[in-house]
Amino acid sequence: MNQQEQFRLKVGLAEMLKGGVIMDVTAPEQAQIAERAGAAAVMALERIPADIRRDGGVARMSDPAMIKRIQDAVSIPVMAKCRIGHIAEAQILETLEIDFIDESEVLTPADEENHIDKHGFKVPFVCGCRDLGEALRRVGEGAAMIRTKGEAGTGNVVEAVRHMRSVTRSIRMLTQLGDGELMAESKRLGAPYELVKQVARTGKLPVPNFAAGGVATPADAALMMILGAESVFVGSGIFKSDDPEPRARAIVQAVANYNRPEILAQVSAGLSVGMKGFDVREIPDEQLLAKRGW
Amino acid sequence: MKRPDEGGARRAPSPGTRPPRRAPRVGVLSLQGDFDRHRASLEPLGVEVVRVTLPRDLAALDAIVLPGGESTTLLRLLEATGLRDPIHAFVRERPALGTCAGLILLARECRPLPAPPLEVLDVAVERNAYGRQIDSFSAEVETSVLDGPFLGVFIRAPRIRRLGEGIEVIARHRGEPVGVRSGRTVGLCFHPELTSDSRLHRWFLGEVAGLDVPPARGPAPAAAASPGGRGTGEDHP
Repeated sequence: MNQQEQFRLKVGLAEMLKGGVIMDVTAPEQAQIAERAGAAAVMALERIPADIRRDGGVARMSDPAMIKRIQDAVSIPVMAKCRIGHIAEAQILETLEIDFIDESEVLTPADEENHIDKHGFKVPFVCGCRDLGEALRRVGEGAAMIRTKGEAGTGNVVEAVRHMRSVTRSIRMLTQLGDGELMAESKRLGAPYELVKQVARTGKLPVPNFAAGGVATPADAALMMILGAESVFVGSGIFKSDDPEPRARAIVQAVANYNRPEILAQVSAGLSVGMKGFDVREIPDEQLLAKRGW
Repeated sequence: MKRPDEGGARRAPSPGTRPPRRAPRVGVLSLQGDFDRHRASLEPLGVEVVRVTLPRDLAALDAIVLPGGESTTLLRLLEATGLRDPIHAFVRERPALGTCAGLILLARECRPLPAPPLEVLDVAVERNAYGRQIDSFSAEVETSVLDGPFLGVFIRAPRIRRLGEGIEVIARHRGEPVGVRSGRTVGLCFHPELTSDSRLHRWFLGEVAGLDVPPARGPAPAAAASPGGRGTGEDHP
């Protein structure tokens, strides 16, 4: 199968996840709760971002035995994270037949210059971005889905909003430029020229554009959809709350009905205390996960 | 069974002009999944596409499309939005096309699934029966309803394990049924909406639903090709 046809299959799965919620889970029981609640996929990992942030140290790919137990527990797609640039971890995840690999800034980067060349894999990749240039660099490397980085593990949606706003604003600006201005813009963005031309023509990213990083409530999820996300990743927000299953169900409904405030009001009502979260400005610069990735 | 007759009454607009009455209204269940790709396949065929997320969206639809997505998620959302019963009533009487998860929703039996499907298409379907994403594939499928083969895109696709009485097989891959029809109901294991080839959508609207669809302009696209037009916007680098 040629690379273009392979890419159609990878983006195809991303298309199937649209309008859905992808939930971080650390155990088979959590994966089953997520599936029951209507998650479109789960992300299998040993520690959710909030705990990675608390524990410090080097965060790596999860134990394959743990990933397998989660794969056996559910029928929906299972994703897993590898470190930025860690080709071997990605190959291990592919061997495990994981459905989507997240080359993620939440783990400690293995390469401070290069991301993985994702074209060579049969399994699709999702990568984080803060702006359009970063998104298109990842697509150029073969990512089949883009998500905002946000600031994972904070329960604070402000960074995800910043990143989504930045991507959509840059896309709108691109569509207003003349053909003769696109090379300079490509240079400014640090993004492949062909992809810049494509986005200028179509007014959208070449692959599905999801939101992640700090989503904690049904309203947060709906906000990201209103701002242009096509699906939402929820990490610490669900299983760090007091009431994971009702919250998971509510977030699933909020994403499907993001443009119907009356339904959002209904599903938001009566949830117990959400993840406490904190102000991103309290985090020392060197501990910001979103700064990882190049 | 009144709607398809109304559809018949809208036939035969004078060539080169728009039909005098409203365009056919086709709903796409838009709770979760690749509903936007179905919209992109349907709109160039001259139909009005309606996003279906609430029971009231089903009013005055001529046909409905159930997209690909996660069938477990779709079933939960059908329950939560109160759409399950109205959709069930709709697909029992009116034209419906289901692709992948949409086929699962229409099937009589499917395992494993958290809630029963809508049971209007007498087939048994097995979810993710080819395996995980690494086993997703695309291949030519033979169809009895189009001129020439069609590129079938199979994403974590289901397999049809049993055919009930009166089920017509309209597409096969390596001899195995991957597309079925029973009266006004069509189910496909693959995703025509992920290609720029709209022949199956056109066939469903015209031949199955009896709707008035303007004739194709120019030659039918080759199965694997994505030649120009709005298809290119969706194409991949």
